[in-house]
Amino acid sequence: MRKLFVVVLCVGLLLSGVASAQETIRIGANLEMTGAVAAYGQMIWEGINLIREIVGDTVLGKKVELVLVDNKSDKVEAANATTRLIDKENVVAIIGPAISGSMLAAGPICEEKQIPIISATATNPLVTQGKKFVFRACFLDPYQAAAAAQFAREDLKAETAAILSDIAQDYCVALGNFFKEEFEKRGGKVVVEQHCKTGDQDFSAQLTTIINANPDLLYVPNYYTEIALICRQARDLGYEGVILSADGADAPELFSVGGDAVEGLYHTAIWDATKGLNDIGQKYIDRYKEKFGKDPNMFGALGADAYLILINAIERAGSTDPVKIREAIEDTENLDVVTGKVTIENGDALKPVVVRKVEGGKFVFVKTVTVE
Amino acid sequence: MSWVTFFQQLMNGISVGSLYALLAIGYTLVYGILGLINFAHSDVFMLGTYFAFFMMVIFLLPWWLSVLIGVALCAVVGMSIERVAYRPLRNAPRISALITAVGVSFFIENLGLVTVGARPKGFPRPDLMKNVYVLLGARIQGVTFWVPVISILILFVLFYIVYRTKIGIAMRAVSRDMETTRLMGVDVDRIILYAFALGSALAGIGGVLWACKYPQINPLMGIFPGWKAFTAAVVGGIGNVVGAMLGGFIIGLAEILIVAFFPGLTGYRDAFVFTILIVFLLVRPGGLMGEVVREKV
Amino acid sequence: MTVEKISARCRLFLTVLLFGLLMLGVVLAERYLNAYLVRILNTACIYVVAAVAYNLVNGVTGQFSLGPNAFMAIGGYTVALLMLPLAQKKEVYFLQPLIWPLNAFSFPPSLFIVALFLGGLLAALFALLIGIPTLRLRGDYLAIATFGFGEIVIVLANNLIPITNGALGIKGIPEYTNLWWTANWAFWTVFVVKNLVNSSFGRALKAIRENEIAAEAMGVNLFRHKLLAFVLSSFFAGVAGGLFVTLISTVSPTLFTFSMTFNLLIIIVLGGLGSITGSTVTAILFAFLQELLREVEAPHTIGSWTFPGIPGMRMVVFSVILVVLMIFYRRGLFGQRELSFEDVLYLFLGRKARA
Repeated sequence: MRKLFVVVLCVGLLLSGVASAQETIRIGANLEMTGAVAAYGQMIWEGINLIREIVGDTVLGKKVELVLVDNKSDKVEAANATTRLIDKENVVAIIGPAISGSMLAAGPICEEKQIPIISATATNPLVTQGKKFVFRACFLDPYQAAAAAQFAREDLKAETAAILSDIAQDYCVALGNFFKEEFEKRGGKVVVEQHCKTGDQDFSAQLTTIINANPDLLYVPNYYTEIALICRQARDLGYEGVILSADGADAPELFSVGGDAVEGLYHTAIWDATKGLNDIGQKYIDRYKEKFGKDPNMFGALGADAYLILINAIERAGSTDPVKIREAIEDTENLDVVTGKVTIENGDALKPVVVRKVEGGKFVFVKTVTVE
Repeated sequence: MSWVTFFQQLMNGISVGSLYALLAIGYTLVYGILGLINFAHSDVFMLGTYFAFFMMVIFLLPWWLSVLIGVALCAVVGMSIERVAYRPLRNAPRISALITAVGVSFFIENLGLVTVGARPKGFPRPDLMKNVYVLLGARIQGVTFWVPVISILILFVLFYIVYRTKIGIAMRAVSRDMETTRLMGVDVDRIILYAFALGSALAGIGGVLWACKYPQINPLMGIFPGWKAFTAAVVGGIGNVVGAMLGGFIIGLAEILIVAFFPGLTGYRDAFVFTILIVFLLVRPGGLMGEVVREKV
Repeated sequence: MTVEKISARCRLFLTVLLFGLLMLGVVLAERYLNAYLVRILNTACIYVVAAVAYNLVNGVTGQFSLGPNAFMAIGGYTVALLMLPLAQKKEVYFLQPLIWPLNAFSFPPSLFIVALFLGGLLAALFALLIGIPTLRLRGDYLAIATFGFGEIVIVLANNLIPITNGALGIKGIPEYTNLWWTANWAFWTVFVVKNLVNSSFGRALKAIRENEIAAEAMGVNLFRHKLLAFVLSSFFAGVAGGLFVTLISTVSPTLFTFSMTFNLLIIIVLGGLGSITGSTVTAILFAFLQELLREVEAPHTIGSWTFPGIPGMRMVVFSVILVVLMIFYRRGLFGQRELSFEDVLYLFLGRKARA
């Protein structure tokens, strides 16, 4: 019975593939819909679909078809998904994985096949380095960490800091290292560095060691799955200093798991969702609140940005030739996207860093930091 | 490090260790009777938290009732697993049963991923468990006091069952010699079902208490605690319930104290536990309280 | 059922013929198939190498090891570190530079085969170190010890940042692997293992599987045989790992987790524990099945109906297959039988087997 089902499905798929032929522009979405960071991929997908409702889903007179493939938060799957999207699904561009690790696997494939790929949120510098077809809609980790260090030193007046980073995630390790460099460059001192691992639930040993060293600030550049528990255990163990995190904290689970323990948590982000910086941003926020009943998150907004950048590039290129699209993306300048204005340079998006704080169970804007 | 910090780490270790101890008892029970390492035990542990969670969130039942129902459901799941996956392989070579156990474990984990997704959920817990008390300068959560108390209670109940009831005698008999016990007229299948029900209920209780301490549940949460609890069972002497408890505390303390004394090695935390496991398997497979078994030809 | 055996010369001829056909297939595939299919075929061949090696330990010798992922990781990282160009080494290791002497040299493409062998040898070395103490353990305990080793290797990969670059992994590994390499390795692995299994060494291994005590009583040195099988198996696992990292051009600790072992487990159980032919067939099948089941997971639009995708169903299906197989059809596809030249020939010639 199952065999029959699979056969029917395949035949149907083939037919549908043939039927939806050349009248559409196919854009691939290689996202983390399941796996360790499924939240990010799902939020990005939400954002993409939401912005499509707002700006419509046609460009150059043709319908834009999004082909979603789940990369399961896994690098190998991300690579396979990319090959599949390019060779089988014949997409002209791809909105790439949320996390840097997967982008690093997918990027070279796109570079080789000359299909532009843009990631909404991959922040590792290596992702776009030396590549022409790989782009990102967000800032880079060194920049984010520098902004965090600057904020910590100047605004929070922290003299000493401790770092608790996830050794099993490239994003976290890199941020931790960059922060340490920048914090010490600005005259601070990192008194203790501890590690945890993705999926860990007990941080009591590491936190006790950290608390013992009495830091003013605890930097926790991890994914949301660990931040909530870390905050809770840190507070339970009596830590009263400031906790600063990075963009990975932006997920609803932070509040549902962290509860009152995450009150007062600071984090660096790309955008503040309470006020739109431009017309389309405000439209997005309003629409999101209307549809989901809560404030929009950064991942969705960046997903929308990536989509807008792509569509705009296709329009300016006036064709669906991936090479021309790629040139157009690189030429993006002061484009109005959901999170403000964006200019693409060398594959990276130049955007300021926003610092937010948790107050009353939601994120509140604190300030925009431009790194000196 | 200061005495206060040391005491805090000690409490951290005991806290985690008591949870491992509870989980280890379930492993040891099943192994003692069937000689099977029930890899799915850690997943029943996870299911316990989800059952309780859904009872509380969807049916809005009070905490204690949700936990009771959750634990009961775990027992049912445990019995189903035995009936469906392990019983047909009772007479098969060991390797087959082990492979099946791995398969069942993966199945439950991935089914969880498909149905509830990988995004974790916050576990609501009563104040009793989450309030923090200060003792001699160390900050300890309520649950840290309750878990050893509950574990010891369970130990008493277990001893009563195993040594004072007919079912208990039957369980001990089955673990000694299944064939003879069957010949004595005992319904061996039923006894094994009870053992699984008991072990799985314990996993469920362990799960709920774990979620009280670490209020974040996700389908893969049982994997590492499961392996550490299993290590505890081996260290204590697999097949020996008191040994399992002892092993739990030892592993919990070792895990925390190694990292406390060597803060540069926090990234290797899990490796230490596995190393302890391998060392014990090589040097003293019977564990601290187990017997050395000679294989007769 | 015994079959009239064909002469050794005939056998040699048939082997060469088979090899020739395989190479012809590779030529055709490289020229006519699209990159996606070639990628799957490459993956399939790598799975063949790893699965056949794994079956040697689990199926033929009956020793339940749960650690092949560790040896694949060792092989993979070794090859990556040897083949990575110097410029990449500087760029990728931006957190902590790569240790000496690894950061001072890099193998040219001509030494790829050497790198693969070194990867396999290093994996075999670790297998020796791990095997000597643990192979004395019985069934379930060996499984746990090897699993523990697997986890330890991953922890080391994450933490030894000056060597492995930790979670960041290594990217930009030159993609030397292509169908020539993988198909050849698949063929030679099957060739070596099959001949091993059919030799007196192989028979001793099977005796160990059936009844260790009896085998020992018959004079088989249990420990040495188990160790040799384990070490050999790990060599090929290391090579498979090396081929894999040069296929996908990156390596990181998440590549060789227990999921990899689980996949190999399914492959050898489905094919038949102890059947080399079985593992070969199911390894290829599995590579395709993985991609096919991805279809089931993705959302589909047929006409105006949209079936939502069920991501993750793939692993659920695999687990169910494994459990069902173990309960109802433990033999797997081939049981312990092998497909030999005799079987194929007689199929074609229509001659009946001689009893």
